[in-house]
Amino acid sequence: MAEFTLPANSKIGVGDTYKAEGATNIKTFKVYRWTPDDGKNPRIDTYEVDMDSCGPMILDALIKIKNETDSSLTFRRSCREGVCGSCAMNIDGTNTLACTKYIADVPGDIKIYPLPHMPVVKDLVPDLNVAYAQLASIEPWLKNESPAPERERLQSPEERAKLDGLWECILCFSCTTSCPSYWWNGERYLGPAVLLQAYRWIVDSRDEATGERLDQLEDPFRLYRCHTIMNCTKTCPKSLNPAKAIAEIKKMMVERAV
Amino acid sequence: MTDLRSPVARVRGLGSAKSGTHHWWHQRVSAVALILLVTWFVVSLILNAPAGQANVRAWVSSPVTMVMLIMTIPFGLWHAALGMQVVIEDYVHSEGMKIGLILLIKCLAVLAAVSAVVAMLRMAFGG
Repeated sequence: MAEFTLPANSKIGVGDTYKAEGATNIKTFKVYRWTPDDGKNPRIDTYEVDMDSCGPMILDALIKIKNETDSSLTFRRSCREGVCGSCAMNIDGTNTLACTKYIADVPGDIKIYPLPHMPVVKDLVPDLNVAYAQLASIEPWLKNESPAPERERLQSPEERAKLDGLWECILCFSCTTSCPSYWWNGERYLGPAVLLQAYRWIVDSRDEATGERLDQLEDPFRLYRCHTIMNCTKTCPKSLNPAKAIAEIKKMMVERAV
Repeated sequence: MTDLRSPVARVRGLGSAKSGTHHWWHQRVSAVALILLVTWFVVSLILNAPAGQANVRAWVSSPVTMVMLIMTIPFGLWHAALGMQVVIEDYVHSEGMKIGLILLIKCLAVLAAVSAVVAMLRMAFGG
């Protein structure tokens, strides 16, 4: 059965508190900490950050904590401008990118956890290997058997417009890890991020494998675990609509079957 | 059992079932049908609720009522069985338990539907 309570070794305890001595403009961050090295349960560490010497984004605060307070705090980050998807985490109860989330937008203490329901590698770093394998399983590249044209493969402006709202996905997996269906059936349900990527190739007018792609998705678990609760669309830090992409796939399934 | 398969092997699993669309479509079609049928049922009870056993029997035995009820009850049970299957597939992860519960739900739905239809036919024609 699905588990609705945390296993004993995942119960979260209270960790250390790091004061910002002498600061007057303080914001408090409560951050999930776990390391595979010490055999202990996860804990929440509390960090006071002096906002007079900190940038405006959550990622700025995390980097400041790591640089100045606690170098053991572990998280992924790279581009710091919402393009790479590395710093996706659960901030104030919502999956989003630490680099594009304003500290000022969160009232009170800021709680930061790793993306939900994924195995944790350390602290805020989730294990995304299964999600990446799911992306590989939909073969996210152009499939075309016609002889290659001498120049580029042509696409009308209208055909190209169908890819808008899809190509912008940065694969941060905020949506996938916000989906209860993915929590309960994560190895069989592909999840919103991968289904949006699948639709990006299904709807591409240059791709010739639409039917095969639909064949691979037509499955009670791979596709039909989506019950359209739209957590994915609500949480997407790029304001995309994975739920609509999934609905479009379902429409195509009906169109070819009924 | 420790699972040492690669993530790709775990994700590909047994492959696509290449089914599921009809289940999804039937759930939607039965939902639309039930909007009409349940509306009829509620409205007809509001307008003309039969009082007492004899009046209920007469109401059920009338041709229009019986046709509508024979559609409403099996459609409702069909929709319920499809929906329960989704819930079971979501939350029950042991294969044996999952298949057992789905079969049980479908058996109960068929039993209830047949019982309802037989009861109505007996009221109309059984004397």
